[in-house]
Amino acid sequence: MARHNIGIVYRKELMEALRDRRTLISTILVPILVFPVLTVGVGSVAISLIGEASRQPSKIMILGGKDSPAIVDSLRQVKNLIVVPESANYTDMISNKKIRAAVEIPPGLQNTSGDSYPAVKIYIFSGDLKSSFAATRIEKFFMEYRDARARERLSEQHLPTSLLKSFEIKQQNVVSAEKVAGETFGGIIPYLVIIMCLTGAMYPAMDLTAGEKERATMETILSSPVSRTHLVLGKFFLVLTASLVTAALAVTSMGVSSRVFQHFQNQQGEESIHIPIGLGAVLSVFLVALPLAVMFSAALITISLFAKSYKEAQSYISPLMIIVIVPAVAAMLPGIELTPQLSLIPILNVSLLCKDLIAGTYHWNSILLIFLSTCVYAAAAIFLAIKMFHRESVLFRS
Amino acid sequence: MIEARGLSKRFHDKKRGEISAVETVSFTCQAGSIYGLLGANGAGKTTTLRMLATILEPTDGTALVFGHDIVEHPEKVRASIGFLSTATALYPRLTAQEMVEYFGRLNGLDEGTLKRRVDDIFKRLEMDSFRDRRCDKLSTGMKQKTSIARTLVHDPPVMIFDEPTLGLDIMAARTIVAFIRECRENGKTVIFSTHVMSEVEKLCDVIGIIHNGALLAEGTPAELRDKYSESDLEEIFMKVVTPHTAVEVA
Repeated sequence: MARHNIGIVYRKELMEALRDRRTLISTILVPILVFPVLTVGVGSVAISLIGEASRQPSKIMILGGKDSPAIVDSLRQVKNLIVVPESANYTDMISNKKIRAAVEIPPGLQNTSGDSYPAVKIYIFSGDLKSSFAATRIEKFFMEYRDARARERLSEQHLPTSLLKSFEIKQQNVVSAEKVAGETFGGIIPYLVIIMCLTGAMYPAMDLTAGEKERATMETILSSPVSRTHLVLGKFFLVLTASLVTAALAVTSMGVSSRVFQHFQNQQGEESIHIPIGLGAVLSVFLVALPLAVMFSAALITISLFAKSYKEAQSYISPLMIIVIVPAVAAMLPGIELTPQLSLIPILNVSLLCKDLIAGTYHWNSILLIFLSTCVYAAAAIFLAIKMFHRESVLFRS
Repeated sequence: MIEARGLSKRFHDKKRGEISAVETVSFTCQAGSIYGLLGANGAGKTTTLRMLATILEPTDGTALVFGHDIVEHPEKVRASIGFLSTATALYPRLTAQEMVEYFGRLNGLDEGTLKRRVDDIFKRLEMDSFRDRRCDKLSTGMKQKTSIARTLVHDPPVMIFDEPTLGLDIMAARTIVAFIRECRENGKTVIFSTHVMSEVEKLCDVIGIIHNGALLAEGTPAELRDKYSESDLEEIFMKVVTPHTAVEVA
């Protein structure tokens, strides 16, 4: 009868969870919707805004250039550049976004012999997208002008114009597309899995402990023959289920929405980003993250059990998000690689390992060390949760 | 039968230090009778009953409930009792039937027996009209009936009631009182705590007066009337507890 009770508690908790709107929203709806909204929604809006900004004409100002009328005239003819009259307060105008850039033409630029190197200065609002578009247009004009002048001179000297570009420099990738994707995007999937494992477990953990205290059903269940160990294990398995379902839905949703986004980009005739991450890699990430989900579920149950109410539990759990996000984000930073020491730091170790797995790199010693150490942390968290369920001062805290 | 042997419970409070909630309480409650634990708020009634239900572990002493030691075999004790109090609420997202079935399964009933028991109890308590309604949609009376069904589903020989009528309207309270009587008629051992004198007079075969965690007086209503030369139970209660309250104030 005894162990059978874990299943009875689990099935009852599952039935209640499936009838709870808040659990369904946090476990199912949010992970399904968050990525389509971010990629297809926010992504396409951002792309269309950038596209629109790049097509808009830029208001600019020409400073000087009286002795270079041909350059000034040509600059005025450039498509998508609107030249406003010169003014002394051009910096304020750039700062107030009345103009997007100002270009200072040095004296004698048009007639320079090529012995001196006068500098054309472009004044911009650093960080402002429209200002950078204006600067790019001006820069392109002057580069073309410089090349044209150089070609003219070479021609005058009867020299080939190929002298301008005597050789080319090219970078060549020698690593597989999977590894490139792993290095570039590999940090995102583990981050997503880790954060979703935590957020998916949060609400059910609070509901099944502090929520039960708040609804005065804790004493009801404690008066039944189920042992406290089996009771907490039944609750724990439900929280773990929610954690894994949330992470799985989030990753599936991300995969589907990125495909939809690619399709959308292709239709728009824009270059799409292909992320060649295989199903096997994603599944191995889940396998490595499993003990981490166990650890989160048990830790959340332990912390929530301290609280007298759902609201109090929320205030205890919120700081936990930061503790989890910091190492998960740290793994995404460039240059951080898996070392034996880092293999023992919870969350960071799984995050770094997952990055390697996505890239198709399997260091079995690291995998074993990280999997076992995370299993030890998870077992400790479950043990702590069971201990807490046996403490009267925690269960009947008033 | 319930046999409490020197039950004590002490709590540690950060501000007040060690607090003795129950101090060496001993009593016997026979099968087919109702034992009423009478006391003011904070007297130690709930702590005593929670120890008997093995929800709390005694600091000292023990008790036998239907022959099982509450310290040695708490799970066997819980399988032998039905525990009802104002703090034993229902799961809001389960229906009345699911609630009762859940506790039947936790008490080890097989599906066939469970179905028969549930059908029988729902018929007897006239609960068929709301058996598929969620507990959070039930009226107070319906909730009380569901709680009663929950405690009865495994047909326990011992019933423990902690202030079961507290906060209930007269109709719901009468349902509970009738249920407690029925338990006695069915030969169950019944213990219940209250501070309502009229309930004690109506129901109890034996009364224990508890104050500041100590059992100060015990006997049948007739024995207590003889001993304290008072016919009114409220006067008897005051005679028992006042000397101890006065000492405390002084």
